[in-house]
Amino acid sequence: MFSKMNFSLNSYLDSKTSIAPLVVFRISFGLLIFFSIIRFWLKGWIETIYLNPSFHFSYDGFFWVKPIGELTYLIFVLCLISSLFVTIGYKYKTASVVLFLSYTYIELMDKTTYLNHYYLVSIISFMIIFLPLSNSFSIDSKKNGEIDLIPRWNIDFLKFMICIVYFYAGLAKINSDWLFEAQPLKIWLLGSYNIPLIGESLLQKNWVHYFMSWGGMLYDVLIPFLLLISKTRFLAFLLVIIFHVLTKILFPAIGMFPYIMIISCLIFFNSNFHNMVIRMIINAFNLIKIKLDRGIKNTTQLNHNSFSFYFLSVFLIIQMILPMRYKFYNGELFWNERGYRFSWRVMLVEKKGYTSLKVVDKTNNNDFYINNEDYLTEFQEKQMSFQPDFIYEYANYIGQIFSKKFGSDIEIHVDSFVTLNGRRSERLIKENFNIYNIKKSEFYKKCLIPYKYDIKKI
Amino acid sequence: MKKFLLLFIISFLFISCSKDDSTEIDIDPQAFDREALMRNLTDNIIIPAYENFDSKLSMLNSDLQSFNSNVSIENLEKLRQSFIESYKSWQYVEMFNIGKAEEIYYHLKINVYPVNIARVQNNMSSSSLDLDDCSSNKPNNCSAQGLPTVDFLLYGIAENDSGIVELFSAENSSYLSYLNLVVGKILSNTSLIINDWLDTKESFISSFQNNSSSSLNMLANDFVYYYEKGFRANKIGIPAGRFSVKLPQNVEAYYSQIFSKDYSLEALKAVENFFLGKSFGTEIDGTSFKDYIDYLDTEKTLSNLVLQSFENSFNKIQLLDNNFSLQVNTDNLKMLEAYDAIQQGVVYLKTDMLSLMSISVDYMDADGD
Repeated sequence: MFSKMNFSLNSYLDSKTSIAPLVVFRISFGLLIFFSIIRFWLKGWIETIYLNPSFHFSYDGFFWVKPIGELTYLIFVLCLISSLFVTIGYKYKTASVVLFLSYTYIELMDKTTYLNHYYLVSIISFMIIFLPLSNSFSIDSKKNGEIDLIPRWNIDFLKFMICIVYFYAGLAKINSDWLFEAQPLKIWLLGSYNIPLIGESLLQKNWVHYFMSWGGMLYDVLIPFLLLISKTRFLAFLLVIIFHVLTKILFPAIGMFPYIMIISCLIFFNSNFHNMVIRMIINAFNLIKIKLDRGIKNTTQLNHNSFSFYFLSVFLIIQMILPMRYKFYNGELFWNERGYRFSWRVMLVEKKGYTSLKVVDKTNNNDFYINNEDYLTEFQEKQMSFQPDFIYEYANYIGQIFSKKFGSDIEIHVDSFVTLNGRRSERLIKENFNIYNIKKSEFYKKCLIPYKYDIKKI
Repeated sequence: MKKFLLLFIISFLFISCSKDDSTEIDIDPQAFDREALMRNLTDNIIIPAYENFDSKLSMLNSDLQSFNSNVSIENLEKLRQSFIESYKSWQYVEMFNIGKAEEIYYHLKINVYPVNIARVQNNMSSSSLDLDDCSSNKPNNCSAQGLPTVDFLLYGIAENDSGIVELFSAENSSYLSYLNLVVGKILSNTSLIINDWLDTKESFISSFQNNSSSSLNMLANDFVYYYEKGFRANKIGIPAGRFSVKLPQNVEAYYSQIFSKDYSLEALKAVENFFLGKSFGTEIDGTSFKDYIDYLDTEKTLSNLVLQSFENSFNKIQLLDNNFSLQVNTDNLKMLEAYDAIQQGVVYLKTDMLSLMSISVDYMDADGD
């Protein structure tokens, strides 16, 4: 445990624990992905988000990842099948690789849909490629033999990743808007007036906005520790459930996020709990009795895998650095959004924008505005309107279309106004300033208007 | 570990108490009455505005009957007067593209301009004419009916009034029968909408939840959408060439020439009155979007900025010629200035107001980005 700070690395690597938590994690994680993909499909989002739009917003370096017409459905099918294979532990190595690749491909197709919990699913599906999730209670293990004990770091690494998510989400909430203005929760809670019982009363109260802001921050920062410490674990898990159910009630659009976190947090429980879950599954489905004596003696052990250990260690270190990368960029993070994604910044900003591109024909100085509806879906337009990197990409797309059409020298100017956390809207990008065919770094340096408010953060 | 937990709980309580006591309550402790808002907007603005439009249309129709029985310059002038009154009163309902109106493409059937003259002429000689062939932006009969087509028929079919009367008084005049057809269609479509409003009024008013299908959210979205597209773009921006080249023939009421400014001013008045919650045709303020913003806005500046932008827009439109088409051709800069003034309001409504109202959308999951 963490209290034994004087353990040596070797003895830690040798230390073994029951595989049961990984088994339950494999089953629940696989099913969760399976059902979220089904839900995504049934909502018609494959069409509305990936197939209907004529243009897609890409991540830097992943411009080649695009929907591939009707074949896009095949990627979703691959993702569904591989998630089931992972669940039952059949051809696990291949299945987990396919799961990671297909899921991540889906996420990379269009960054309009970026959500932190989608990113989390991608990360976990990557990590589990290197972890022995199918060495017990699986089709593979029936053939290759059951493993009872595994090096404990395999489980600790997953726990550590969950802790990173909560802890950094908590750190991100330590900012002046969140703590001293109760924003953006104030806006959202005032708008949650149709929640039964509390919507018209409590949620309209100023102190409730502050209480929830501070409570949310403390929850995120402290919950990793409460989950790690065995004495507080049960209470912590209760808090996890209360917190995430509450977020689901208050913000119904939050989607699968609460379920992902609740299920991920199960991994903090000890093997007794997980063995109980496995026994329940065996009984419920009337499965053939599988040897599940998890005594310490006469048990099969899995050896330490050095490659996986060091590889994932590096991966986790990167995960600890990545959320802090915004420190290297100038300007207000919530305004520029440079280094905003992949950093567990959840529910920190309420932004709405109005952005309209002006095509300027340099040969005769004629200009006209673009009707966003002609090129973007409603959802894309909404996201584009307040995120600088979207505006930059969109401007270059429109620029290409019209320089081809006119066969002449054109510029793209932007009228962009954004409101952030209830402040009056401000101009985001310099007026009458070309942003077409310039480097992205130059765009950030020269075209963005610095935010006139200072939001203190750590 | 227990200490840890204790600390956790104590800090929770401490923070909540200290905040409760020390922070000034900057939000009215009474929750905002959204039902009163919906009731005022529906009972005192939307329905009376529709009824007013309908009564103006009835006058138009009765003047059309007199015109039918006696085609004369004098009766044409009377008909035109009631037509202008109808078009003015239309400006007070155009922003409510909601419910039945949206379902039957009412707005596309009443006010798509410019008129497609070729199609009008084709329709006049067609035996299988379907004015309900109007559902989207495809070439169809949207642009061959409604008020713009009446505008064309009453002003644009000949060089001068005697020429127009001549066409209408011809034996079995296809102009006269098409005019009757189009006016009849406007009337019947409008009574469909009014009857639906009267039927669904109560359920409309009580639907003020915060979800994408609630009346309140749709009304707010439609209001902003109208101000941006129906008003800013259609009436000013498109003719002034903001979205392509200058299109002077695309002004509202192109053929009667001198009314595009009047209609725009009426439309802006309608927008402002709706924002202020003024009962139709009166100066009586009821619960309004402005009140709602004032309740939500901690900075307390937004509603004034919105009203100022309306004021600026009024002033800029006042500077324009009665005939927008002429304005575009002679001094388009003034049109563009009016556009910019209106644009400022679009920004406030579309970003600041909708953000404060926290109107939820359901086309995708969101974790608050």
